[in-house]
Amino acid sequence: MSDMQKQAGVIRHLWTALRLAVVFTVIAGLIYPLVITGLGQLLFPAQANGSLIVQNGQVVGSALIGQAFTSPRFFQGRPSATGYAANASSASNLGPTNPTLISDVAAALQGVLAANPGLSVARVPVDLVESSDSGVDPDISIQAALVQVPRVAAQNGLSQAIVLALVKSQERGRFLGLFGAPHVNVLELNLKLEALVGGGGGQG
Amino acid sequence: MSAQMSRKKASAFDRQLIWRALGDSFHKLSPAWMVKNPVMFVVEVGSALSTVVAIRLYAQGQIPVADFTMQIAVWLWLTVLFANFAEALAEGRGHAQAAALRGTKVSATAKRQKGSIWEEVAATELRRGDVVMCSAGDLIPSDGTVIKGAAAIDESAITGESAPVIREAGGDKSAVTGGTRILSDEVWIEVTANPGETFLDRMIGLIEGAVRQKTPNEIALAILLAGLTLIFVVVVMTTEAFAQYSGLHLQLVILVALLVCLAPTTIGGLLSAIGISGMDRLLRHNVLAMSGRAIEAAGDVNVIMLDKTGTLTYGNRMATEFMPLPGVEIRDLAQCALIASLADDTPEGRSIVALAKEQFGLEDPQSGSEPPVYHPFTAQTRMSGVDLGAHQVRKGAPDAVAAYVGGVPAELEKALTEIVEGIAHQGGTPLAVADGGRVIGVVHLKDIVKVGIRDRIAAIRKSGIRTVMITGDNPITARTIADEVGIDECLAQATPEKKLEYIEQQKAEGYLVAMVGDGTNDAPALAAADVAVAMNSGTSAAREAANMVDLDSNPIKLIDIVEIGKQILITRGALTTFSIANDVAKYFAILPAMFVPIFPGLEALNVMHLTSPESAVLSAVIFNALIIPMLIPLALRGVRYRPQSAATTLRNNLFVYGLGGLFLPFIGIKLLDMMITALGLVALR
Amino acid sequence: MTLVGIGGIVLFLVVVTLVVKPVGLYLYNVFDGGRTWLDPVLAPVERAIYKVGGVNPAKEMRWTEYLFALLAFNLVGFVLLYPVLRLQGVLPLNPQHLPAVGAHVAWNTAVSFVTNTNWQAYGGESTLSYLSQMWLTVQQFLSPITGLAMVLALIRGLTRKNATTLGNFWVDLTRAFLWIALPVAAVAALVLIALGTPQNLAPYTIVHTLQGAKQILPQGPVASMTSIMQFGDNGGGYFNTNAGYPFETPNAASLMFQLTLGFLVPVGLTYYFGKKAGDTRQGWTIFAAMMVMFMFGVFVTYWAEAAGNPIVSHLLQHAVPNMTGKETRFGVAGSSLFETGTTAVSWGSTAAANDSFTPIGSLILLFNMMSGEVIIGAWGVGLIGMLAFAILAVFLAGLMVGRTPEYLGKKIQAYEVKMATLAMIVPTFVILGFAAWAVSSRGGVSGIFNPGPQGLSEVLYAFSSGVGNNGSAMGGLNAASPFYTWTVGFAMLIGRFPMYIPALAIAGSMVKKQRVPPSIGTFPTNGWLFGLLLIGTVVIVGALVFFPALALGPLAEQFAMQAGHLFGGVPK
Repeated sequence: MSDMQKQAGVIRHLWTALRLAVVFTVIAGLIYPLVITGLGQLLFPAQANGSLIVQNGQVVGSALIGQAFTSPRFFQGRPSATGYAANASSASNLGPTNPTLISDVAAALQGVLAANPGLSVARVPVDLVESSDSGVDPDISIQAALVQVPRVAAQNGLSQAIVLALVKSQERGRFLGLFGAPHVNVLELNLKLEALVGGGGGQG
Repeated sequence: MSAQMSRKKASAFDRQLIWRALGDSFHKLSPAWMVKNPVMFVVEVGSALSTVVAIRLYAQGQIPVADFTMQIAVWLWLTVLFANFAEALAEGRGHAQAAALRGTKVSATAKRQKGSIWEEVAATELRRGDVVMCSAGDLIPSDGTVIKGAAAIDESAITGESAPVIREAGGDKSAVTGGTRILSDEVWIEVTANPGETFLDRMIGLIEGAVRQKTPNEIALAILLAGLTLIFVVVVMTTEAFAQYSGLHLQLVILVALLVCLAPTTIGGLLSAIGISGMDRLLRHNVLAMSGRAIEAAGDVNVIMLDKTGTLTYGNRMATEFMPLPGVEIRDLAQCALIASLADDTPEGRSIVALAKEQFGLEDPQSGSEPPVYHPFTAQTRMSGVDLGAHQVRKGAPDAVAAYVGGVPAELEKALTEIVEGIAHQGGTPLAVADGGRVIGVVHLKDIVKVGIRDRIAAIRKSGIRTVMITGDNPITARTIADEVGIDECLAQATPEKKLEYIEQQKAEGYLVAMVGDGTNDAPALAAADVAVAMNSGTSAAREAANMVDLDSNPIKLIDIVEIGKQILITRGALTTFSIANDVAKYFAILPAMFVPIFPGLEALNVMHLTSPESAVLSAVIFNALIIPMLIPLALRGVRYRPQSAATTLRNNLFVYGLGGLFLPFIGIKLLDMMITALGLVALR
Repeated sequence: MTLVGIGGIVLFLVVVTLVVKPVGLYLYNVFDGGRTWLDPVLAPVERAIYKVGGVNPAKEMRWTEYLFALLAFNLVGFVLLYPVLRLQGVLPLNPQHLPAVGAHVAWNTAVSFVTNTNWQAYGGESTLSYLSQMWLTVQQFLSPITGLAMVLALIRGLTRKNATTLGNFWVDLTRAFLWIALPVAAVAALVLIALGTPQNLAPYTIVHTLQGAKQILPQGPVASMTSIMQFGDNGGGYFNTNAGYPFETPNAASLMFQLTLGFLVPVGLTYYFGKKAGDTRQGWTIFAAMMVMFMFGVFVTYWAEAAGNPIVSHLLQHAVPNMTGKETRFGVAGSSLFETGTTAVSWGSTAAANDSFTPIGSLILLFNMMSGEVIIGAWGVGLIGMLAFAILAVFLAGLMVGRTPEYLGKKIQAYEVKMATLAMIVPTFVILGFAAWAVSSRGGVSGIFNPGPQGLSEVLYAFSSGVGNNGSAMGGLNAASPFYTWTVGFAMLIGRFPMYIPALAIAGSMVKKQRVPPSIGTFPTNGWLFGLLLIGTVVIVGALVFFPALALGPLAEQFAMQAGHLFGGVPK
């Protein structure tokens, strides 16, 4: 190949690269997401719009995104590194020998013990003292819900049996019985709880 | 087998050789030399650095640390010296052989033809194409071809074989080698090599130059080893940065020790010794390889072409069975055949006599009153025989004998034809015997396979090499012998063109072919073959075309050559694996020693429970140094090769050199640590 | 460790093994002239693309031309992406009115997505407009198919004989795009939406929570990006916390679907390789070697995470697993499996915080990347790396059987060894060299988040991830700082393109060679012995190179953690 041919080859390839990149960008960057958006909106509108929960015409949250629950009336979720900020997700990223991790866990433990009188340290489930990955983990373990039952029942003037039954009704198992961990969705549980209590006083 | 050669007496552990090698190990410390071997060069730089550090520490009066550093430095220097020693020892054996050869290259003069007169010139002035005359007692001045006359020649200087050989003009035994001596007669020789290019020159050059030419696989391995060393340099340098970040200041000497222990010094130190000793081993088999490349190619060969005659069989047909016609006693047939062969001095004739005596206890017939009349074999009669008293026996080609007796009776003709065809079908040669004007039977002559050849062929096939028999016989005969020997394929009715065509076809399919040849007409095929071994007795054309010369002219040695080729590669691979596997144990010795001061938990990695960080580092360094001289015998001798499938070979070698390399240093380092502790070589904390 | 957890992992391994052959056969049909049921729809599109691009599909390329086309295409991809990030503030599809991405981060991000690394120096939901996310999605299509084209060229180099060319890059690219990336991504996106992932172009939703607080829910084309980011082993998620964010992965079903998606092409390629080599056992051997190492890693990680942090267990007065940085719905087993999987596949999607993993768990994640991403590996690059290791293993083993080493009947000679060694040296130098630089410079040290050995692990992780084009991170490290945007950016570039050169050079040299038919004298590369040898080579080379660094990082921390030791002084 002569130098001129080589140069022509180089330019031809760059030219091809540019044209193909444009074609692929149009297909993958425009047509593909728009078609998927259209189909998603058509076939699965609820999911495609964020599994929003609407109460009285107002969006109270997404079934998938955890919310901060600090009031003793509600079941409380996991510690969050971001305070359940959904638009700036982050984990704590604390390493296993970081003193801050241990002091955070110790502080969370004190909080759980203080909020749930009568709960012994050895029964405190780990997910209530260790923070999640996303900072908006919507779920807690069954055990974490159960240890809160006496408090929630007392705070809402309900019998423990009723609250316990509520928790049981909200349990979600593993996928195919093998993947993931059994859990309850804290927001949905609390919504059910509110409905049970009688709709009012949601703004506690 | 090959004759014992005088130069072979140079044992590896000959005292003089060892002294010379010791001296050379120090000469080789020159950085200009060391830099050719990057692995060992790194060790040398490390040794020098450690020495400087030790001296500075002494100057500063930090005696215990300085003692420790100096001990490490000394062992690092020893590591370099051991590697140099291995190389020098291997080279020394080559040098000794080269010196022995050079001794035969005395300054000879020659009678050169100039027009019609002969002029006396120095051997070094001879050019290709000159014609010289040599007579009894002369040293042949250069390589050449006999163009006139015949002579008995003593070639022991080259081959170590003291029995004289005959060289004559024309035919396949015309090549003579410079440095050999004429014992009788006078010949005219056309010189075929310019000064410095003779066989002897090249041989000396090859032996001495073995160290300089690296073979393809050696180059590839050297690249890998240099790459690994480079990686370990970076590993050690960055380890210092990481340790610094962790709050730990590491001593330079410890880092150097770690680097040297990680670098593949075992194989790096022995690599050239393995290559040199391979060529040396081939020489001990009296085979001269023109390049290291050829030796490696021998290990790779997929197809071996062997001549039937002389290689697989004794080359002569021998009587194996007497087959009488109906109505004839087998003993009578044997008796007649014996008589017919009395004067037959050919191997066939002798074999008939031997068989008759062996099978029937017959004895030489008493010569009666009449002297026997012998009828020797001629091309016209195609038979031979004896008239002895009442007997008028003849033996020969069946049709010739049948014609001699004036036809065979119809009732016997069918039986005779059956026997004759049966023998031909089995690849044998029928020899009809007639007595007193009637055919009485047939002697079955057949090719006799050499003793032990079957096993060798079976062995070579086990290592996945296809064997091909070359023969001028017809395909049926060829197949019979091939089956008997266990040959895979045969090239029947082979002509030089057919051989060449076959080789080229095999190469096109990706196979590597090895063959042996001696005649001028073998030259094209030899040139085409990947491994071409010429017989020393062959023509110079064959020797030129080949890449190896067998000084013993023993064609079956091709199998030995293949095995030696494999052995060199196996030794390299095995020692590399061993060397790399060793690193694991060294890590477990050195890393905890380095890091425990800052992370006490890492004491858990001190699985060998070495006494102290200092003793741990020192034992690893000593182990690393001592393993080189301990493996020198293995490097020079080569890892044993057994003919078996590649998978089995690999499994065995991986087990011995891989797993062995993994575990042996754990034991060795622990023992050294115990010794160091017992001797109090390092100050204990 | 629970039986259910182990059972789930085993089931996943079985599923992965079952998809190998069908995926491999599909790849074979796509790239080797077979028929697929998509042909009637896609063949006209393919012809149209060639026409627009001026491509002559019948023209084959030598290795240098193939490499040039590949580099040109990726350069154009970079050039088209960088300005979009820088100008997103004034471009459409930006309902949140997010400002332009800063110069360092934009450079790092453009490199990151062109190299299939998908290292995120930014938080997606807080930094990128919908247009930028969609543009990144384009690169998530293009970078894996580039990797796939690479391995196609290498496989052709190993399996063709006496040839000179390795195929046509544009054809490989186009077919990989149309027949593989696009259809699977589209179907997967719909499955993801059905499982709960959003897909819209609406602005972020403002929520008044049950407790009366305000929460801003990000929205956008999440599913269309997530499907290709997982299928293409890109790993760069829509959100900062990636697959851990519930919109990206709403449940364990979605998690396992995404995980399986990412394994499809890499494992299928092993079968495709065997099929092209004319002996599917060649492919199965490589697959088995990969899976054994992967399985070992998964179970060690799971064991370590389930055993948890003894310091926390001590506080809680009972043994607890390590749930810091893990999502409840995935559990310990699911999180361990996903993280091991995405580090092994050079994929980098994360569903848990790796910085909060136990040291032994981190060690496995690190080793998956340090071993050169050959334990499965992303589209093409994993197999390329494994084949480079195979060449080294064959070289040593081949010598030990007494022949010039051969792989697939082709001789391995100095040139191939040189290139394979180079492929081994480059990542080592970059990981160790950059990490040493980082821990010795102020810019590097100031970006470290966790004290003690974990800090070193963070740095090692960043460069291993960059060079391995993985993209996952120990999130504590300040990836957006100028030091790390530039160093990790260069690590990503070096880990991608310079690594292609030796691989294609090997292909270019091997394609010319004759194939020697195998005999019992050739060392078989299609059995358990070779599988073990391959594993041994990968593990020993990796261990020898990284042992000191790992000893000062995760190993030192593990022993300290067991002794109850904390680093950096106890607060309070």
